[in-house]
Amino acid sequence: MGNTKNNFEKRKYIIGAIAVLIVLVYSLQLFKLQILSPEYRKYADSNAFFSKTLYPSRGSIYDREGNLIVYNQPTYDVMMVVREMIEFDTLDFCNTLNIDVPTFLQLDADMRDRRKNPGYSSYTPQIFKTQLDIEEYGLLQEKLYKFPGVYIQNRTVRQYKYPNMGLILGYVAEVDKNKMAADPYYVRGDYVGKSGIELSHEEDLRGEKGVEVLLRDAHGRIQGKYKDGEMDKEPISGRDLTLSIDIELQAYGEYLMQNKIGSIIMIEPKTGEILSMVAAPTYDPSLLTGKDFSSNYLKLEQDPYKPLINRAVAGTYPPGSTFKPSQGLVFLQEGIITPETRYSCFGGYPPLGGRPKCHPHASSVSLQPSLATSCNSFFCYGLNAMISNRTKYASNLEAFEVWKDYMVDMGFGYKLGVDLPSEKRGFIPNSKYYSNVFKTDKWNGHNIISIAIGQGEVSSTPLQLANFSALIANRGYYYKPHVVKERKGAPLDTLYTIRRDSRVDRAHFELTVEGMADAVTNGTCRRINMEPHLTVCGKTGTAQNPHGADHSLFIGFAPKDDPKVAIAVIVENGGFGATNAVPIARLMLQKYLFGEILEQDKFLEQTLADRVILPFIYKQNMDRELAASKLEGDN
Amino acid sequence: MLNTNSYLEEKGHVDWFTVVMYLVFVILGWFNIYAASFDLETAVSMYDLSSRAGMQLQWIGISIIVAFALLKIDVSFYETYAFLFYIIGLGLLILTYFVAPEIKGSRSWLVLGPIRLQPAEFMKFVIALVIARIFNVHNFKLMEPKNLLIVSSLILLPVIIVIMQSETGTALVYLSLIFVLYREGLPGGLLFMGVAFIIYFVITIKFSETQLGMLSLGEIITIGLIITFTAGLVRNYLKRKDTPIIIISIGALVAAISYFLYNINSSLDIGLMAIIALVAVSLYIIFLSLRFRKKKYIYILLFIAGSFVFVESSEHVFMDVMQPHQQMRIKSTLGMEQDLQGSGYHVGQSKIAIGSGGMFGKGYLNGTQTKLKYVPEQDTDFIFCTIGEEWGFIGSLVTLLLFTIFILRLLYLAERQTSAFGRVYGYGVISIFLFHLMVNIGMVIGIMPVIGIPLPFFSYGGSSILAFTILLFIFLKIDKVKKKY
Repeated sequence: MGNTKNNFEKRKYIIGAIAVLIVLVYSLQLFKLQILSPEYRKYADSNAFFSKTLYPSRGSIYDREGNLIVYNQPTYDVMMVVREMIEFDTLDFCNTLNIDVPTFLQLDADMRDRRKNPGYSSYTPQIFKTQLDIEEYGLLQEKLYKFPGVYIQNRTVRQYKYPNMGLILGYVAEVDKNKMAADPYYVRGDYVGKSGIELSHEEDLRGEKGVEVLLRDAHGRIQGKYKDGEMDKEPISGRDLTLSIDIELQAYGEYLMQNKIGSIIMIEPKTGEILSMVAAPTYDPSLLTGKDFSSNYLKLEQDPYKPLINRAVAGTYPPGSTFKPSQGLVFLQEGIITPETRYSCFGGYPPLGGRPKCHPHASSVSLQPSLATSCNSFFCYGLNAMISNRTKYASNLEAFEVWKDYMVDMGFGYKLGVDLPSEKRGFIPNSKYYSNVFKTDKWNGHNIISIAIGQGEVSSTPLQLANFSALIANRGYYYKPHVVKERKGAPLDTLYTIRRDSRVDRAHFELTVEGMADAVTNGTCRRINMEPHLTVCGKTGTAQNPHGADHSLFIGFAPKDDPKVAIAVIVENGGFGATNAVPIARLMLQKYLFGEILEQDKFLEQTLADRVILPFIYKQNMDRELAASKLEGDN
Repeated sequence: MLNTNSYLEEKGHVDWFTVVMYLVFVILGWFNIYAASFDLETAVSMYDLSSRAGMQLQWIGISIIVAFALLKIDVSFYETYAFLFYIIGLGLLILTYFVAPEIKGSRSWLVLGPIRLQPAEFMKFVIALVIARIFNVHNFKLMEPKNLLIVSSLILLPVIIVIMQSETGTALVYLSLIFVLYREGLPGGLLFMGVAFIIYFVITIKFSETQLGMLSLGEIITIGLIITFTAGLVRNYLKRKDTPIIIISIGALVAAISYFLYNINSSLDIGLMAIIALVAVSLYIIFLSLRFRKKKYIYILLFIAGSFVFVESSEHVFMDVMQPHQQMRIKSTLGMEQDLQGSGYHVGQSKIAIGSGGMFGKGYLNGTQTKLKYVPEQDTDFIFCTIGEEWGFIGSLVTLLLFTIFILRLLYLAERQTSAFGRVYGYGVISIFLFHLMVNIGMVIGIMPVIGIPLPFFSYGGSSILAFTILLFIFLKIDKVKKKY
């Protein structure tokens, strides 16, 4: 039967070789997929693992007396799983949510639009409407059984106990693209501090997100926990913060500053804690939370008085005469003057033909009375003497650098590093700056004389002035001012606990203090004299302002011995320092140190609170409003 | 005849090595089907008869009973009734085409109450049997035109019917029996032409999008291949040493001239130059055939002409004859297009599942991709994913190696047959297993287009496992009694 062998027996090797070759090629491909391509593991994980974020509660904020200021309140989002929905009474649903049918259709379309909602899937819960209030929530919860596929998700929003210090607290809002790119912690939809404490202490307040690792199938449906939650991580709640701010004092300051532009800053000199930081105008922090965030934010942003700017740290002003104590200190320390050195003044600085001008007072004066009377000429003489002193300094440049370094050590010219965002550095020029301006190194003290009286190039923030005042109160040192007094469960940044010394002797400070005490008792700021209740030291300032009326300034501290508080007040366009800044400081000191306003000052309090000092609304806004009203008229 | 042979059979031994491998395969398959169909929410026992693994266990049981029964049936029974089986098989295929309901786009399932069978699966061993029966005639010569016609008709008839059932994969399995014919004397040149044409097709389609003059880049590359193959054929069949060198030189010369001219004038029609090269080579072969008067030159000329016509028509076939989803599968396999929704998505997920297994895999029942249904058809056609994901590179390699040993063992068994019937049937078995292995695993790891055929013994499916068992055990029975012929 049949032939047993044929001539093609060798072909078995070819067939065998083909089989082996196929297996070899496939093994290589498997090697490539399984050993050489680690990315497949990642693809697989992102396929199968759905990491559900567990949001921590954001830290609460208290004032220095332990009053709760910021806390979280639950809010409710309506979620829909489109696949699970069957026909239901749309009208009933709309009535429950208090929306009309076109709004319903719009919300529905927005939810399904992948351009607006890139993560849309009909299998997973999608946000339909955010932030139901408690009544809407209650109504919906009751009727939920009627609407299959509709769910309610809890979230929290910030709530504020007081309508004050919006600028210090800041606000939280959805994280933007830049922040997400810079910090991988954040993902789309996360809430993040955008300004104030909420921004500067974001990492304290936010806590640590937790995660729940779930298994997700090819349709996006959740199939259970991965390894029974072995990989899960509990969220860590945000850290509570205690502010150094006294909410009552703060509220009182905001009350006095209503309808004005400017700042009040009060610092506890021994610690650098900021007791109040009023920046006017300001806003009620509850405007920037919840449903109406967007419209309110727009209004605030378009307000011509710019209530979103914290002028206390971001406003820069010529310090005017409040700068003079720093000059006296430098001249004494450098030996340019002694406490007895006297300069004459005839209603102005004589060497420059009576400019800068001065006001009538006895002549000639030494440092202490010149601080009390705020004599311009004395400090001009002093600065010129320092810059032109060739026995001590090789050149005007070297002299000026010495001067500048003292200013920097007193906290001017650089950011102080307060724990609030958007702080400005003010400006203290260096010698190079002037060489550039004058196009020569050969300038002299007279060229730059206005900086001796806090005009010209120098500028500072209200915070720097308050800090300077604390430095004098301490007779030579300060702590970096800060608004957060305690972080629950963590020490304060050492930045705020290191004592910083100016290189000026205590004796010189004592003399300056005497000068400032004289200013209160019989000098420029007699209106703050509260003897016998309180010995106050102070210095007024009237800063010339190219845009309008002079700014009214005051710095000071009290009590004279063992000071409890240092203060700086600026009222933009408030005229002489004595007119507005001094009386406001008077009331603030009373409020803080006495806890109440003296009976005799009740009338003053009322007058100040009622006073309106607002500049003209800027011209362009006038024009815009004019155009708008015109349009209305045409219609 | 039945009676005369029966007493002789008792003395042979069944090849236990293959039987053990078979048992290893079906048990591994059963474990992996349990893993692939494992549902996280409703984790059921492996032995739950209503589950996929339980159903498979029942089919394994039936298959083993059938296997032992087959070992008891006389070999002469298969020889005698091979043609009858074939007729019945064809009849069933045709019947199926008319009565079968459409399931997943194909009409191949015959539903008999609770049991659904695919006659096309069982037709595999029937065709192998009938071809073996044809060869089992003393001094059978395949290359005689009459015999060639009979054999190719026996294969092509069921191929046409299953293509009508939309079971293209099964049709290709039947066609894989061409390996048997190769072993039995089909000229290697024809097999070579088959391979060459596949290469032409792939290259022509892959590079069809760059047009250089009158031809596409793909066509120009294939013309280069035709010239190279021609040189090889001349060397192999005419044993001439200088001629192939001259042929290659003609091609190279035209290429060099084209390159030179192209640098001078970039508007040169490179396609035309390629055709000039091919015509020059053809003219040279014609010259040689006139000079030496050898028939083989004519065959070589026919190869050139056939190749060129094939290349020119393959793009037309691809674009106009093939269905869009088939074009898509081929394009995505060739990496020309990313088909993220259709078969490309499946292969992508399948590669992710396998790739994520790494060296040692995620462990049994720990595969996330297969459990969570990312991979389609994971307990049938894509079962190899589960192996790759849960057992890693080691597991995949062991599986591949086991199959290699299995195939080589079958080769050994086929070659030791004393009858043409046994040997031809054995090669039929080898061709079918090898083709399944190559296409199924190739598809899952992304080097073959998606053609839905099962992985022998591993893929879930009663018809599949029963048909493979019958295919194998008939051969083991033939092997057992071989010496008695």
